[in-house]
Amino acid sequence: MADKSFFIDTTRCTACRGCQVACKQWNKLPATKTFNWGSYQNPADLSFSTFKVVRFREVISGGKLRWYFFPDQCRHCLEPPCKDTAEGFVDGAVVQDDATGAVIYTGKTRMLSSSAFEEVRQSCPYNIPRQDPATGLVAKCTMCFDRISNGMEPACVKACPTGTMNFGNRDDMLAMGNNRVAALKKKGFKKAQLLDADSIRAVFLVVDDPSIYYKFSVAQNDVGISRKLALRKLMKPATGLITGVAKL
Amino acid sequence: MTNHWIDIGNSDCILVMGSNAAENHPISMKWVMKAMDNGATLLSVDPRFTRTSAKADFYTALRSGTDIAFLGGMINYIFQNKLYNQEYVAYYTNASFILGKKFGFKDGLFSGYNKKTRSYDKSYWAFEKDKNGVSKRDLSLKNSRCVFQQLKKHFSRYNLDKVSSITGTPKADLVKVYKTYAASGKTGKAATIMYAMGWTQHTVGVQNIRTMAMIQLLLGNMGVAGGGVNALRGESNVQGSTDHCLLWHIWPGYLKTARASNTSLDVYNKKWTPTTNDPLSANWWGNYPKYSVSFLKSMFGENATPFNGFGYDWMPKVDDGKPYSWLNLFDAMYQGEFTGFFAWGQNPACSGANANKNREAFTKLDWMVNVNLFENETGSFWRGPGMDPKKIKTEVFFLPCAASVEKEGSITNSGRWSQWRYKAADPPGDAKPDGDIMVELMDKIRKLYQASGGAFPEPVLNLKWDYTTNGKFDSHKVAKEINGYFLADVTVKGKDFKAGTLVPSFAFLQADGTTSSGNWLYCHSYTEKGNMAARRSTVDKSGIGLYSEWSWCWPVNRRIIYNRASVDRYGKPWDKEHPVISWNGSKWVGDVPDGGWPPMLTADGKLNPKTKYPFIMKPEGHAHVFGPGRADGPFPEHYEPLECPIEKNLMSGQFVNPTIKEFDTAADARATCDPRYPIVASTYRVTEHWQTGVMTRWQDWLLESQPQSFCEMSEQLAKLKGVKNGDGVIVESARGKVEAVAIVTKRFQPFKIAGTTIHQVGLPWCFGWVTPKDGGDSSNLLTPSIGDPNTLIPETKAFMVNVRKA
Repeated sequence: MADKSFFIDTTRCTACRGCQVACKQWNKLPATKTFNWGSYQNPADLSFSTFKVVRFREVISGGKLRWYFFPDQCRHCLEPPCKDTAEGFVDGAVVQDDATGAVIYTGKTRMLSSSAFEEVRQSCPYNIPRQDPATGLVAKCTMCFDRISNGMEPACVKACPTGTMNFGNRDDMLAMGNNRVAALKKKGFKKAQLLDADSIRAVFLVVDDPSIYYKFSVAQNDVGISRKLALRKLMKPATGLITGVAKL
Repeated sequence: MTNHWIDIGNSDCILVMGSNAAENHPISMKWVMKAMDNGATLLSVDPRFTRTSAKADFYTALRSGTDIAFLGGMINYIFQNKLYNQEYVAYYTNASFILGKKFGFKDGLFSGYNKKTRSYDKSYWAFEKDKNGVSKRDLSLKNSRCVFQQLKKHFSRYNLDKVSSITGTPKADLVKVYKTYAASGKTGKAATIMYAMGWTQHTVGVQNIRTMAMIQLLLGNMGVAGGGVNALRGESNVQGSTDHCLLWHIWPGYLKTARASNTSLDVYNKKWTPTTNDPLSANWWGNYPKYSVSFLKSMFGENATPFNGFGYDWMPKVDDGKPYSWLNLFDAMYQGEFTGFFAWGQNPACSGANANKNREAFTKLDWMVNVNLFENETGSFWRGPGMDPKKIKTEVFFLPCAASVEKEGSITNSGRWSQWRYKAADPPGDAKPDGDIMVELMDKIRKLYQASGGAFPEPVLNLKWDYTTNGKFDSHKVAKEINGYFLADVTVKGKDFKAGTLVPSFAFLQADGTTSSGNWLYCHSYTEKGNMAARRSTVDKSGIGLYSEWSWCWPVNRRIIYNRASVDRYGKPWDKEHPVISWNGSKWVGDVPDGGWPPMLTADGKLNPKTKYPFIMKPEGHAHVFGPGRADGPFPEHYEPLECPIEKNLMSGQFVNPTIKEFDTAADARATCDPRYPIVASTYRVTEHWQTGVMTRWQDWLLESQPQSFCEMSEQLAKLKGVKNGDGVIVESARGKVEAVAIVTKRFQPFKIAGTTIHQVGLPWCFGWVTPKDGGDSSNLLTPSIGDPNTLIPETKAFMVNVRKA
C-alpha cells in the first residue's frame, strides 16, 4: 500500500538550506557553478544535479513585508502525469513504488528524446523534471528511496532543524498538516492551507496566496493531464502497434 | 548564556536583537519555534529584515549603533508604567543602594571624568557606607540618592520622541516592542534575549549588553526559566576557549592576569580577592586564593611550593594600564614591534577589523606560523592583492591540522555545556591534532632551553608537562588536570581524600598547595565518578528541559545560573509552571542552586540569619543595575558610533563614547559625517559560510548556495545610485574598498534620523581572495580598528561607507 508522504510546513522554514545541502550530500550530486543574481536563492532553479531548492520570495502582503521560503521538490503525485507521459515513449522510464508511493525515474529515461523529455516536463504540474544534456538522463527527488526502504528518514527531513520537513505515513502527515492549519488559523493566519493535499505526497503548508510563494506551488492548470497527454495515452497501443509493424 | 539553548523553549517572549539567530545559529530556532508553539511572541529588531525577522511575530528596524537609545527607551517605559518586579528589584539588585555625594551625571558625562586620560576615577561612583562598612540601602526605593531613583531619572531622558529620532524606529513600533517585552515583568512570566556580535561589536558594546541585563533585572527575568541574558556564541567552542583564557586579561576560570604591580603571590591575591563586611553576602570570589594557588599547582606541579609563591614569579605579567588585546597586538605588529606570529586556527587577514592594516602588519614580521585546515588569506598574504612577494621578508610556515571530527576532546557550547566528542576519522596526510602540534613544539622548546639556557628558562623548564600517552597528546590527561587533583592525603569539610584522586568540586580546592586545578570553574567536570562531559542521559527529571545528566555544565552542573533569584524571599518559584529551584522547608530541590543557603525569609516571614543574598558572585550579593566597575560609566548612555551620519549626539554634548582610545597610524583613517561616506554600513555572517569561510569556501555545496560577496541595499538607495538588482557595486570606506553584487531589497528601508533620510547597507565578511576567485574579498577591509573601552572588541557593526556602481 502506497502510504508515505512529506508534510512541509513553510511557516517553520528559516531557509537555512540544510535540506538542500543534505539532499546533494546523500544523493552524491555535484555542486553547480552559481553566481549571486541579486538573491539568496541559489542554485537559482532545480537542475539535473539539484533535486531540492529553497525558493526565496520577498513581498509586501497584507501591508507587511514578508519573506517567504519554499523548499521546492517533487510532489510524488498519487497519479503522476510524468509517468503516464513517459510511458507513452519508454516503458519503465518512470516507476511508482507500491509500498511508499515514491515516483522514481530510472536509467531508461536516457531513452527519452529531448522532445519526449519536454513533454514529460510539461506534463508535470509542478515543473520538476530536469534532463542531463550530456547523458539524456532525467532526474528529480527520489524520496530518498534507498533511505526510506531501510527505515531511515529522507536526508532533507533528517537535516531540518525546525520541523519544517516531516515524513511518515500519509495519514499521520495529513493529520499533522491539518492540525497545524487549525492552529495557525486560530493565531490569525486566515489563509493557512495545505496545497493539493489530496493528490500529492509532498504536502506544503502556506499562509498566503500560494502563487506568491512560487508559480508552481500548486498544480498549474495549463499543465498536468492535458488534452495532448490524454490523446497520447489513447494513442499508446497504436504507437506500439505501429512500431511493431515497422519492425516487421 | 546564563541559561541554555533548550531553555529558550520555556520563554513567553523572545527578543532577537543584536543577533540573527535563524541565519547564524540555525538550531536555536528549534527552541524558538517550541516557545512559539506554546504561545510565545518572537520580536525581531534589526537594521535589516533577516531570515529571523521572517519568522517573527513583530519586526522593526533601528539604525546600527543606536541600541542603547532603543533599550533606554524601554527602561523608561518600564518605570513610567511601573512594570518592574518591586520585590526582586528591591531585595536582589543594588537598586536600593544609596549613592555617595560625589556621584553625578551631566551632559553625557558621569562624575570623575579626566579629559586628558579619557578615563574615569571610579571612586566617584561609590555607595555610602554605614559604620560597619556596609553599603547603605533604602528598601522602599524612595530615597532620591538611591540607585533606583537615579536610574529612573537617568532614563527619563529617553522619551519616545528622542529615541525615535536617534534610532529611526517609528514611535508606534517602539511602544509595541516595549509593551510586549515588558509584559514579562508580571510574576510567572519570562522573556529572554538572544544577542550576539550585533551588540558586542560597538564602541558601546559592553553597555549595550548591560542595558539589557538591567531590563532583565527590573523585570525579574534573571535566574528564571525562559529568561536570562543569552549570548549566542559564534563558534561551537568559543565559550570553552574563553573559559580557558583565550583572552589576554584573564587566566583560566576568569582569574586575573597578573599585573606588573602585583609583585608577589600575596600582593596578587590581596589585590584580586574582593571583601565584604556584610555577613549576609556569600562573596564567592572571597575564595580567590584557593583557585589561583590550585591553578599554579597545575601549571608547575611539584616545582610550585609555598616557598616560591607556587611559581607565581614564573607567570608572565602585563604592564598596569596597558591593554594587550587583538587591536593592540595588530597595531604593534603594524608598527614593527613583533618578529614572529602564530596565526593558529584563525584568519586575521579577513576576520580582523580594518583588514588592510592586518595584512600590512604581516609584512613587518620575520616569520609567521599558520596552523589551519586550508590555505587562507593570512598564510598567503604575501601573494595577495596589492602585495609584491619580492619585497616581503616574512617567512611563512604552514602546519596542516586536524578538523574537529578528527580528534577527541571537549567543546563548551553557548549554554556552558562541556560536551565530550570522540574522534570519527584520522586526519588526512600530515595533518595533526592541535594538541600534538603544541606538545611537539613545546618538547622542542624545552630541549633547546635545557641545552642552551636562555633569558628566563624557569617558566619553561619548571612547567608541569605530562600530557602525553605513548608520545601522543592525551586529551583525557588534560581534562583531568583542568578538573584538578588532591596532591596530598587531606581532610576537607570533614571528608578524607587520598593524594592522586580527582577533586569532586571547587568547594574542596585549597590555597595551601594540597590541590591542583587547571580551571576552578571546571572542577567537578572529570571526577572519580568519571568524565562528566561524556554523559549522555536523555532523561529530564526537571520538567523544564535541564537534562542535567547530559554532558556537564559549569559551574557544578548548574544549568541556569543566578537561579537563587528565580524564587521569592521564601524560596517559592516566581513561575510555578517552570520552577528552576524551590525550597522544600529544609533544602533546595530542582537545579543545582546558586549556593545551598536557605532562602532570605523563614516560613513566618522573619529574616533567616543563615541566608545569603542570591547574587553570590558579587561582593555585596546584589545584581548590578548600577555597575560601578565599567570603564565608561555605571549607567549606559547613548553615544554615537565613531563613524556616524549625524553631526551631533541628540542625547548630550558628548558625541562618542568619552573613554574610547583611537589608534593613530596611517591605516586608521576615519570619516564621520563626511559627505564622501554618507551611508551607514554593517557586516554580518550568512548561514552558508563559517566565519571567514576558510572551511566553507572550499566546500562546493555551500559555495554553490552562497557564491559571492553581496551588498544589500534599499530600493530607494539603489535608485539614487543607479544600481539594479544583481549589478556589481564598489563599496568604499575611509580605509578600504570591496566589490560586491548588489542585492536590492525591501528588507532594508531608509531611516528618518533627526529629520533627515539616512541609508544603510550591509555586507557579509565570509569571502576572501584565495578562493573562489570571483567571490570578492572580506568586508573587514572597510571596518575601523576602534574598540569598546572595556573589552576592545572592534566596532565592525556601525561605520560609514559609500556605494557606487562598478
